[in-house]
Amino acid sequence: MDDNIRILIDFGSTYTKVAVIDLDKQGIVSSSRVPSTVETDITLGLNEALEKLPADINISDSEKKQALACSSAGGGLRMVCVGFVSELTSEAANRAALGAGAKVVGRFSYELDENEVKEIEAISPDIVLLTGGTNGGDRKVITHNARMLSGTGSAITNIIVAGNKAAYDDIKAIFAGSDKRVTCTSNVMPEIAKLDLAPCNREIREIFMKNIIEAKGIAKAKAIIKDVIMPTPSAVLEAARLIAGGFGDAAGLGELIVIDVGGATTDVHSIARGIPGRNDVVMGGLPEPYEKRTVEGDLGLRYNIDSLTELVKGRDTPPGFDAIVRSFHRGKLPETAEEIACHRLLSSLTVEVAMNRHAGTIEAVYGPAGQMLIQRGKDLTSVKCVIGTGGPLVFSRNPREILEGALFQEAAPAILKPKNPRFYIDDSYILYAVGLLSQTEPARALNLAMKNLKEV
Amino acid sequence: MTEKATVITGTVGQDAHVIGTKILSRAFRDAGFNVVELGCLTPPDEFIQAAQETDADAILISSLYGMAEMDLQGFKDKCREAGLGDVLLYIGGILAVSRHDFKEDEEKFKKLGFDRVYPPEADINTAIEDLRNDLKARGKV
Repeated sequence: MDDNIRILIDFGSTYTKVAVIDLDKQGIVSSSRVPSTVETDITLGLNEALEKLPADINISDSEKKQALACSSAGGGLRMVCVGFVSELTSEAANRAALGAGAKVVGRFSYELDENEVKEIEAISPDIVLLTGGTNGGDRKVITHNARMLSGTGSAITNIIVAGNKAAYDDIKAIFAGSDKRVTCTSNVMPEIAKLDLAPCNREIREIFMKNIIEAKGIAKAKAIIKDVIMPTPSAVLEAARLIAGGFGDAAGLGELIVIDVGGATTDVHSIARGIPGRNDVVMGGLPEPYEKRTVEGDLGLRYNIDSLTELVKGRDTPPGFDAIVRSFHRGKLPETAEEIACHRLLSSLTVEVAMNRHAGTIEAVYGPAGQMLIQRGKDLTSVKCVIGTGGPLVFSRNPREILEGALFQEAAPAILKPKNPRFYIDDSYILYAVGLLSQTEPARALNLAMKNLKEV
Repeated sequence: MTEKATVITGTVGQDAHVIGTKILSRAFRDAGFNVVELGCLTPPDEFIQAAQETDADAILISSLYGMAEMDLQGFKDKCREAGLGDVLLYIGGILAVSRHDFKEDEEKFKKLGFDRVYPPEADINTAIEDLRNDLKARGKV
């Protein structure tokens, strides 16, 4: 094989996926998918996936050694965020963690008490992100929380501090001599209503690469491939950014939304400024990042069926809905016409609710000067491109119908969802590979995406 | 070394008069204060949240639309609840609609828990001096 071949791998929570890409043709030479084996030995599944590739694709060990991977195996990158005011530094921490591809498994505000610390220990997150106070602002809360965390056992080992820098000397002194890995980075909210998430994102990824993959046994894969460089959601976000913005002379698709429907969660990424579409609107709340990711932990088509059926109440359901839905719970895939109809209903509901929560809202308030419109979150009404990925969408016979759940609804005009977008489907499961490839070969990664996203 | 005192500025509720709070912010910044500007149309709760995160010493509200009294009902209690009982509260501007005596405004807002209340034509330098003295009296500078 020649130098034009790249192998890209996703160690997912359920499947390990391998894609072999021909850089010259920007095409997928081959791909394979086997159950992940992170519980036993991650290299078993990896080798199996590599062997499953057609025999005529002869991959040498040195080519494997160049392969890059992302991972959401072993529960993904599980983070707990600890901040001061829940709408300010605690929310900033939440956004930093989500933007770095983490799963936020706990979120705490104000001074931690004994019970909350026990709760965090029970969660046993991969990383605790400790924030609180603007620079030069409050230092009591973050210092108190550092002290509380310093007394914890081995369930908490990695702590990133991204709060009031005036408290860092005290915090370092608190952790001096402790065996916890504590890193201090820039404040996620250096001033009120100003977010600075990039340094924190970098730190999270750094710790993921250096420590987390080791702790989860994912690093074993490095015996065969080059490295595991980011969490899978982060790779999808990288791909989304590249596809939106383009690279060099190659234009991208412009502002876009990626909806990733999974078995346990549904992720929505928007690459869009989201500023008000009309000039009589005032912005409220924290400023919105250009690249925003939200994760709906209660919307998944396999593990979270219960919360979905709760949402279905009051809507028309196909015959036999309840029994069919219970079978999905046991991992059954839809086959009969009735099952497909039920699955489609749940999928489009998932997309609709996830988009409702991701998109900004507009609210009219009445004052002495008459009506005023206040927007919170992003106005996505003018976004022209929605990309769907994830099993339930990719394997659906009519992905467009499901994706239309993301559309603006006249009946709910306060939710600022896209009005007239084109829909694309990632039917060859290429987004993670595009994200990984974009780190070293962005131009070719962009081409790969453009050739393989299918308009529906 | 004494640290700079931090003040929060803004207009409250549906008040869109931005000039007053801009001038106020500029004057306090020039006078050596650390100013956190929330701008116009700030809900009362956001003053409190910002004061918490920044460990502010005072909240300075500029209000010109006459409705501040409604917006600020229970404001001092909320501050106490949020651990900001010793944060100084100043307000100034057109504090009620129609012709009336400023003394009434002053009384009303003092009752609401404000430490200083200023009429529309007040000199900013007076407020700056007042704040310096009030902070000194509390041993904060």
